[in-house]
Amino acid sequence: MVAVAVLGAAGGIGQPLSLLLKLNANVTKLHLYDIVNVPGVGADISHIATNAEVKSFLGAGQLAQAVSGIDLAIIPAGVPRKPGMTRDDLFKINAGIVKTLVEAIADNSPRAFIAVISNPVNSTVPIAAEVLKAKGVFDPQRLFGVTTLDVVRASRFVRDLRPSADAAALRVPVIGGHSGNTIVPLLSLASTPVDLSAEETKELTHRIQFGGDEVVKAKDGAGSATLSMAYAGARFADSLMRAIKGETVVEPAFISLAADTEGAQEIRQLGAGDLEFFAVPVELGPTGVKRIAPLGGEPSEFERAAIGVAVGALATNIATGVNFVQNA
Amino acid sequence: DDGLKKALTGAELVVIPAGVPRKPGMTRDDLFNTNAGIVRDLAKACAETCPEAKLLIISNPVNSTVPIATEVFKKANVYDAKRIFGVTSLDLVRASRFVGEKTGSVGEVPVVGGHAGVTIIPLFSQVPDLQLSDAERDALTHRVQFGGDEVVKAKDGAGSATLSMAYAGARFADSLLRAAAGEDVLEWAFVRTDLFKKEGLEFFSTYVKLDKNGVKEVLPLPSNISAYEQELVQKAIPELKKSEAKGVSFVAGN
Repeated sequence: MVAVAVLGAAGGIGQPLSLLLKLNANVTKLHLYDIVNVPGVGADISHIATNAEVKSFLGAGQLAQAVSGIDLAIIPAGVPRKPGMTRDDLFKINAGIVKTLVEAIADNSPRAFIAVISNPVNSTVPIAAEVLKAKGVFDPQRLFGVTTLDVVRASRFVRDLRPSADAAALRVPVIGGHSGNTIVPLLSLASTPVDLSAEETKELTHRIQFGGDEVVKAKDGAGSATLSMAYAGARFADSLMRAIKGETVVEPAFISLAADTEGAQEIRQLGAGDLEFFAVPVELGPTGVKRIAPLGGEPSEFERAAIGVAVGALATNIATGVNFVQNA
Repeated sequence: DDGLKKALTGAELVVIPAGVPRKPGMTRDDLFNTNAGIVRDLAKACAETCPEAKLLIISNPVNSTVPIATEVFKKANVYDAKRIFGVTSLDLVRASRFVGEKTGSVGEVPVVGGHAGVTIIPLFSQVPDLQLSDAERDALTHRVQFGGDEVVKAKDGAGSATLSMAYAGARFADSLLRAAAGEDVLEWAFVRTDLFKKEGLEFFSTYVKLDKNGVKEVLPLPSNISAYEQELVQKAIPELKKSEAKGVSFVAGN
């Protein structure tokens, strides 16, 4: 079935993510890679009685092996935010990490699906794309920035406001990017209609956009979201694995719009313009992005304005990522 | 901020992984001095705030911390043996996994006794169609008994099993939740039982039927366990007694 590599497996996100993947019956091989502590994490997880075979790979010297023979690489590697830091502050460190990891994937498993969690996603996904392009193996249908947590938070925060809503069943499309005001929740297009006042819409939107900060602040120096991010990453991986097996699954993701130029028209007309990357609802299939799923309606005026703001910031973030690789 | 009391108010299940982990070379008993006090204090709070909640104790050494929690509840006059469990699920998970690695399948392997070294007794005799040579049986038994040490060593000072233990703890909590919802559930856990009363033991991990009140019925060990396994039980008893006594006298003296 599916061989998965977790790059950054010993970190705050990597550990619970690896645990959840070990519990996923679709995973046959689980490669855990990190630069410290991964043998212990691997030994721990390997004791769980599910079929996935766990192998640990420690240090740069073992990276090539870690990403050989894999179908899916998930990348949570990198440093977390501390209070006061924005995702862009992490940039210099995490940009280098992602570049190195994606180079190895390109060299050893060029057809692998790549799911990037490392922040700032708005820049690290373009970095990944540039690396893959330089190596001549870029397939826009196989590269994803994981934005699932924003969608998960949207469902949860709606439920916080409306306790009768079913948090697990409610789906709110979230488009744009994966930081602050580049996150655009389309509450008006939720899977089950949610009646919100203008004030509530504004507050909810803000809460979803800055949900990450909420956790960074609460952790008070001890890091950023790890457990909810692990859940979101595992959920995205599961969706991708089910899609690889032939199921049609819709998940949000930050992708290159070249993955579905026709389907991208709707989002381009709504404000994405000629941005190369954008977070959209994606219909997944055996080749990755099958198509960009239609939004299912017209965003509200408030949401269109939010898209406008997001696009400006996103253009900068994407350029930062692209330039990082091109100037390296 | 009264956080503990607030956290426990209205709780129906209390899972206790609190405490310090082992470092390489340590036994679970080496944790006693630190963790005994932690479990005693948490048990006191539970006895005061949610005496009818089920307690799932993960904090090591389980062979002593379960007797500690029991004594605390007795002192507070709220003890009900149906509701206090030492979580041994990780030994079950490991046994299944290690056998699975050998045979290719992941069926359930019952594990009884206690939750430390030689008190951990995997019952390979109870796994249908499992053929093991004596050497394989011995090696597998030892690996299950010292599976925890394997992880402590691999973590090289960074701790003991956390992820697999979280999985195991969640699995046991799930069993209790399903039993509470009306399902018939068979599990294994370290509980109060008279099975080894004449040997002077009050606690043993054995087959347990669960219902919404917690322990519905404690079952004896299967009559057809092997001679090897009978011997393991005999070897475990004095160790369990020592740990039990240590836990009981800790509460009496503290």
